[in-house]
Amino acid sequence: MERKKRKVGQINASSMADISFLLLIFFLVTTSMNVGTGLSRRLPPPVPDQQKLKSADIKKRNIFILRITNQNEIIAQGEKTDIRQLRQKVIQFIKNENNDPNLPERITEDVPLLGKVTYTKNHIISVETDAEARYQTYIDVQSELVAAYNELRDEFAMQRFGKHYHYLGEDLQRAIQNTFSQRISEVQTENLTKKNNGTH
Amino acid sequence: MPALSTSSLPDIIFMLLFFFMAVTNLKETTYRVRITPPQATQVQKLENKSLIRYIYVGEPLPQYQNSFGSQTCIQLNDAFADVSEIGNYIVSERSAMREEDQNLMTVCIRADKDTPMGVINEIKESLRKVYALKIVYAANQRNRY
Repeated sequence: MERKKRKVGQINASSMADISFLLLIFFLVTTSMNVGTGLSRRLPPPVPDQQKLKSADIKKRNIFILRITNQNEIIAQGEKTDIRQLRQKVIQFIKNENNDPNLPERITEDVPLLGKVTYTKNHIISVETDAEARYQTYIDVQSELVAAYNELRDEFAMQRFGKHYHYLGEDLQRAIQNTFSQRISEVQTENLTKKNNGTH
Repeated sequence: MPALSTSSLPDIIFMLLFFFMAVTNLKETTYRVRITPPQATQVQKLENKSLIRYIYVGEPLPQYQNSFGSQTCIQLNDAFADVSEIGNYIVSERSAMREEDQNLMTVCIRADKDTPMGVINEIKESLRKVYALKIVYAANQRNRY
């Protein structure tokens, strides 16, 4: 038998590029490139049981007591405070510009890179949260505290170096960060038992 | 002038396509809990996605409420979990990481804004116990109150 030699026609591949382009664009559109945002904190390491009994000896003037009640009210130093005023109150407390004996003591220290700095070294902001309080209120408070510290650092950077904190070198930023470190301690109030768990 | 050969164009585009497919991670955990993140004024972008492990907290979605109730629940990976399981989860996730990355691990707490603080505090307490001290509270940017 005689076989017919058939010629296979070439497949037109010119639309292949368009198809793969479509696929590419589809993937570009559907994949979410956006990264989440959040408030980063550092928890203090767990305390061994024996140490728990030994409470730190802190002068009363150095503590700023901030309470979040089960009604989501913010009570700063015994006064009901609006979230919008919290930042100023905290800044006022940490700065203690007029050397008020009721506000934390100011200590002058020689800090490497920064020179002589007068700051309230031993202040502590104690946040007591009721177990029934809403998470949103807690985040509001945390965020305002972070904002207060950021403002202080920026102000110091402006005074000392005439530059915003963000524009300083990494070393200087770290030095300022260590000097104006966040001294926040967290307490959860729950049926009269107090658990101590702080954040730095 | 001879026509420009476009025969290699599909291959180039396919390569691009595969590159994007490999780089973006499509795997997103399906939420079993309802989460509306809280808003905060001072938020930062989450960096190093591969070092972040998530803990989801919120009320179960309607389809799970029959079996799990409507109380605030914790979700780890794709399953509901108890607070006591967080420690083990973190330890096993951490040991699966490369050694130099282990102390860079960040735990992101993605909680609904109406979660009672008692639950959050319990989570924080169990994270402290396993030395997972770097945490992030997932929150959206808020411009004013």
